[in-house]
Amino acid sequence: MATISIDGKHYEVEDGSNVLEAVLGLGLDLPYFCWHPALGSVGSCRQCALLQFQNADDDRGRIVMGCMTQVTDGMLLSLSDSRAKAFRADVIEALMTNHPHDCPVCAEGGECHLQDMTVMSGHRDRRYNGLKNTHVNQDLGPLIHHEMNRCIACYRCVRYYQDYAGGTDLAALGSHDHVYFGRHEDGTLESEFAGNLVEVCPTGVFTDKSLVHDYTRKWDLQSAPSICTACGVGCNTIPGERYGRLKRIHNRYHHEVNGYFLCDRGRFGGGWVNSERRLRQAGAQMSDGCFAPLTQEQAVQRLQTLCGADSKLWGIGSPRASLESNWMLRSLVGDEHYCPGFGPEQDALRAVMTALTEGGVATATLPEIEAADLVIIVGEDITQSAPRIALALRQSVRNLGLEQAANLGVQHWQDAAVRNIAQNTRSPLVEWVSASTRLADVATKTLTLAPTDIARMGFALAAALDEGAGVDGLTADQTTHVVQLASRVLGAKRPLIVSGCSSHDASVVYAAQALAAAVARRHAATRVVYTVPECNSVGVGLLKGTHKDLADVVAAAEAGHIDTLVVLENDLYRRMKKEWVTRLAAAVPNIVVLDALETSTCDAAQLVLPVASFTEAEGTLVNAEGRAQRFYPVVSDVGERLPGWQWLRLAAVGRANRSDLETLMHLDQVLEAIAAEQPQLDGIRAAAPDASYRDRVGLKAARQPHRYSGRTAMYADKTLHEPKTPVDEDAPLSFSMEGESHALPSALRSFVWDPGWNSNQSLHKFQAEIGGALKGGSAGIRLIEPKGQPAPGAYSVPAAFEPPLSGWYLTAQYRIFGSEEMSAHAPGILAVSAGPTLILSADDALQLALAADDGVTLITADGSVDCEVTVDPALPKGTVGFVVGHAHLLDLRAGETVSLEKKPGLMRRSEVIASDGVRVYG
Amino acid sequence: MTDLDVIPTLSPEEIAEIEHEVALIPRRDSAAIDALMIVQRHRGWVSDSSLKAIAALLEMSPEELDGIATFYNLIYRQPVGEQVILFCDSVSCWLRNGDGVKEKLSELLGIDYGQTTADGRYTLIPVPCLGACDRAPVMMVGDDLHTHLDDCDLASLLTCEANHD
Amino acid sequence: MTDRPLTQNLRPDGSPVWLADYEANGGYQGLRRVLTDSTPEACQQVVKDARLRGRGGAGFPTGMKWSFVPMGEKAGLGPKYLIANADEMEPGTFKDRIILEQDPHQLIEGMILAAYAIQADVAYIFLRGEYTVAAQRVAAAIKECYVAGYLGQDIRGSGYSLELHLHRSAGRYICGEETALINALEGKRANPRPKPPFPQVSGLWGRPTIVNNVETLCNITHILTRGADWYQSLGLGADSGTKLFGASGNVKTPGVWELPMGTPIREILENHAGGMHDGYQLRGFLPGGGSTDFLTPDHLDLAMDYDVIGKAGSRMGTGTMIVLDDRHCPIGMVRNLARFFAHESCGFCTPCRDGIPWIVQLLDRFEQGLATEEDLALLEEKARFIGGIGNTHCALAPGAMEPVLSALKYFREDFEQHISGRGCRYQSLGRGH
Repeated sequence: MATISIDGKHYEVEDGSNVLEAVLGLGLDLPYFCWHPALGSVGSCRQCALLQFQNADDDRGRIVMGCMTQVTDGMLLSLSDSRAKAFRADVIEALMTNHPHDCPVCAEGGECHLQDMTVMSGHRDRRYNGLKNTHVNQDLGPLIHHEMNRCIACYRCVRYYQDYAGGTDLAALGSHDHVYFGRHEDGTLESEFAGNLVEVCPTGVFTDKSLVHDYTRKWDLQSAPSICTACGVGCNTIPGERYGRLKRIHNRYHHEVNGYFLCDRGRFGGGWVNSERRLRQAGAQMSDGCFAPLTQEQAVQRLQTLCGADSKLWGIGSPRASLESNWMLRSLVGDEHYCPGFGPEQDALRAVMTALTEGGVATATLPEIEAADLVIIVGEDITQSAPRIALALRQSVRNLGLEQAANLGVQHWQDAAVRNIAQNTRSPLVEWVSASTRLADVATKTLTLAPTDIARMGFALAAALDEGAGVDGLTADQTTHVVQLASRVLGAKRPLIVSGCSSHDASVVYAAQALAAAVARRHAATRVVYTVPECNSVGVGLLKGTHKDLADVVAAAEAGHIDTLVVLENDLYRRMKKEWVTRLAAAVPNIVVLDALETSTCDAAQLVLPVASFTEAEGTLVNAEGRAQRFYPVVSDVGERLPGWQWLRLAAVGRANRSDLETLMHLDQVLEAIAAEQPQLDGIRAAAPDASYRDRVGLKAARQPHRYSGRTAMYADKTLHEPKTPVDEDAPLSFSMEGESHALPSALRSFVWDPGWNSNQSLHKFQAEIGGALKGGSAGIRLIEPKGQPAPGAYSVPAAFEPPLSGWYLTAQYRIFGSEEMSAHAPGILAVSAGPTLILSADDALQLALAADDGVTLITADGSVDCEVTVDPALPKGTVGFVVGHAHLLDLRAGETVSLEKKPGLMRRSEVIASDGVRVYG
Repeated sequence: MTDLDVIPTLSPEEIAEIEHEVALIPRRDSAAIDALMIVQRHRGWVSDSSLKAIAALLEMSPEELDGIATFYNLIYRQPVGEQVILFCDSVSCWLRNGDGVKEKLSELLGIDYGQTTADGRYTLIPVPCLGACDRAPVMMVGDDLHTHLDDCDLASLLTCEANHD
Repeated sequence: MTDRPLTQNLRPDGSPVWLADYEANGGYQGLRRVLTDSTPEACQQVVKDARLRGRGGAGFPTGMKWSFVPMGEKAGLGPKYLIANADEMEPGTFKDRIILEQDPHQLIEGMILAAYAIQADVAYIFLRGEYTVAAQRVAAAIKECYVAGYLGQDIRGSGYSLELHLHRSAGRYICGEETALINALEGKRANPRPKPPFPQVSGLWGRPTIVNNVETLCNITHILTRGADWYQSLGLGADSGTKLFGASGNVKTPGVWELPMGTPIREILENHAGGMHDGYQLRGFLPGGGSTDFLTPDHLDLAMDYDVIGKAGSRMGTGTMIVLDDRHCPIGMVRNLARFFAHESCGFCTPCRDGIPWIVQLLDRFEQGLATEEDLALLEEKARFIGGIGNTHCALAPGAMEPVLSALKYFREDFEQHISGRGCRYQSLGRGH
């Protein structure tokens, strides 16, 4: 620690940090633009100026930039000296010479760092009376709106986009006062993390296109703490709502999960909740196949009838439904009749559950991923399957360069200096993957292999580290690679093994577990990351019980053991082949489907019940690291919809043996019941405060910021009566602006705001240290902590991959846009998703005379499907990849042998955008 | 992302010259400025398609390369005439009636800064101090420096330049 | 006759001195001797003892700059670099051009020796793009050196190897700043880098790098062959050696002359530059290029020494003077310079990028007769904001404001007249010669 003096007062601050960080950390105000806690310092905006004095006799001092000045013990500073203040006002005045002052029509307005800093710096009157430079804006695609004229040239966007996120198609163009931040030409930004520009840009250059087109002033957004449902990482989010519509999703800082950033699927994928395909009302299928609308009361009656005491009841749960809903379903139907509803990833997922709970190696937190000095990725295109992790891995490769900089006495936050020193130096990141990945640009080595060969590499390296018997039949190159990598592993300090379910092959996960155990025996600091496909895959996996397979359900149905099948938030077509769904539907007299969106499965149901989405209900999700996290409704009026568990609670009324369920009226009661029954889930109660939470003055946490307007007038066009504040009995949050906004538990924070700090830059007011944990504690709670010694698990090394004698071996490939079910219904995500894609090696493409975008017919044992071709030169011989989750490709399975035929005249993606802008492909 | 299909836009000579520069340095993308200048020497300016081709050859994105191309004064991202006239508009020439000469030149050619003559022969561009202040005012026509412009007949100078080529 | 080591080879007709003639004049003898007889450390010491200061403008002691380069194993793996800064773009500066065009081997020999002293493996000449003649001649001279074995592997059997490349800049004044130059050599946008790390420790491609001005490097051969004492004895005052001084503007014989450090300004302007053109009076001058403060006729008897000029409130800069006469508007001159600097700003930091154009806009108002007293106050306020040391990322903006602030000091009545007279009275004077 160092003692510094600011305006005559002494403070203890962190040694080696920079003055700006130290000042902000002390809770003092110092305006800034180019500095960002995750991006470090470059000294471009010159806004964070203050005065530094040589010694006590120095009464002149000199202007220094806070962000570029290292804290030293005994340093003398002044924030409030009139020269420092005048300088800061001068900087703003200069920045504003070309700014259009278009705040009234700017989507950033009211939540704008530039507005805040302008006010904070005291600049008010414009004295520049010359012409302003103007720019032409670009079309950056369906997600991000560009308005260059608002730019103050802080360079944050390109530093974030290029340096931090690894994007290449956004650059600083031009020079002097004609610098321009954009693309070489109009076009969709390529980075999967482009959406963070919306939050990184301190003004309104990059804004959320969906918000721009469905605009609400920022302070009129009602928000709630939420959890992203678009993958298993469980990023913390803040959805913003007005008039019942989701307007935008912002990042909610969580030090250990997502830090400052989201991926674009998470940010823009929530738009499905506004979809026309949302189920708004219960319906009963009539003989003509049409659905008759039911009131909630009628629906409950029908539900109770179908789930009556004598009914042989089975249930299929869902890894995308909350823990509460899944538990309620399982309780309703009984353990032996409950199926979690996993799809083709089931075997790999079960292997992941074993690795997590019994592997004995801790899962990395976000800072631990970023700190890894050696990364081995076992069978994951992590950018597609768990994007936020990939963004963290992009930071991990910098560690060697940071070390070089440290050796020259350059602090890690000196961003430009560190990058100049490091140049292309990277910490090792090795990928064993089944196709080219989006991390290839930072990987020090990429081997593309068939999944079983990936597993073999893992076992081989584990054996090399354990000095045990190797794996037979590796190629010479593979053997050399294993030997070299083993020595690098021994030299590493913080190794990280990344694997997961994406290959749909359990042997890959077994290999990762064995490897992690071998590495962990060498280094106690070893960490793992396992990806899972959905937001609650692990939560459902943690529910103890028999966990029937879907095949068991079909068998039971065909044996006549099922009267009523309750399908919870699950489109069965995404889980089993169409033929099996048909058989199941034919064998079950009554199917009840509960879901948020209309799916194909609904057509097989006699009763369809509308379920509240993540913006309309509360619940608990368990992410891939085993962290239970709570999400809360942001919409108060959910109409006829109920959370899944509420429907199921009502269904239990007539169940002789489970009428107790009916009494679980509130979420907290459900959580109690789960914890009582399942001790391994006991932690879920502590994931967030319960509904009895009250702040110092006896209020719940507010969902509306203090500036929220129109509360009494919002619905004046419908009724003259002032609406009553909606009551939320289940949540510790109120639909109100009354309540504590500062001393809040992190799990209940709906927005960040501090006097003078209206943008998300106010976050530092809520952090215990800049870039560190929140003062309100770490939201959520980890349910899984490694116990015992690193365990390699029970496994056998698979045989080497042999290309099929005729045909191709199908490998699963995920896509950030399109593979996930719900986000694919968000308009922005739909617009950037590819059509049904088949990935071919260059050799095979040549042999079949196919080029990118050509049509190909893929023939399986069950039938055929037409795809567009993508060529991947690195694809292993004998394999072809298909995009998991695409509506046309749901019947394909990894590991199948398929044959291919050229399909002349296939309509290409660009040609099938219908005139109304809706793609023909589902 | 780089698009390998566009590389053939460049001639074998251009590619060879660029690869020669690449061979001298530790990183391909470090040859960006040299590569832009090489292509400009062959084509007079750097078109969008040239830019993409150079970017692909150097394994960088068009954005990264355009950020460099648009930073520097002597890389032309718009078509220029057969000859580029770099007219010094800096202080020593200004003291020696540079403005007056520039007016005469503009009148003679019928173009202002940033413009190209209708016949496509000349593009007039201002240039910072050409480092020949003892001979001010000065300009460059193509690769040739012309000095003491206040005393010379611009029309015949340009005619000489034309013949000289 | 005083020694004129830098210009001793130059010919009246300006034709280049090629290798044979350069060698005949004693060229490369020093190189051969130093490479066999002297250690890098000894070379560094001689340059330090000679008290050579950088000739590019900042006047930093060359020997001290070199001493920061890690030597031996401390340098780590990979090459070290020496770069000759031949990006002569400072307005009113035309001194390096004569050496580059007429005596390229003098630069190359100096570079090889400097490279040897810091044990560099690769050297670059970063040449201004518009210097086309220099480009041809330097390239040809480099070729001659490779053929003659002064460059390449094992130079003349000394065991020392050096590669030398010519890089032609694509044109930006900011490339004269050494870290911006390094970025340009790396093929990037030439934004100056933050320091530390200094290039001596981490420069080109992250490796130890020295950037020296052309004239500085030319001095090295002479210092190493004739000794520190001899070099110190050349200066008339506190500073060592000779310097290429120059003058432009409405003087009778503008040009460049090699003169001892400490030569009085009056001697340069009246003897060498021949005094003012007939009908012109001296009003002031920028002593060392466009980014130095005005001095006035009151300063004519000062010696051109770094500290003397510094004490007078200006800088030696490049030592090439720009002379303002009484028929040209000081505001017009300052506006011309400010527009140059506004255009040449790299656009990285706020005061420079957005501030200097504002200065230009305000000066325009003076020239157009629109300026008010408020504009004058604003001009001064903004110039101080932009020009304060440490206020900006690099030294471009402070340099840019030196003419502005000194004009406000010495030519304030002109600003007042532009306000009261609603325009520029010089415009009616005409500029005939």
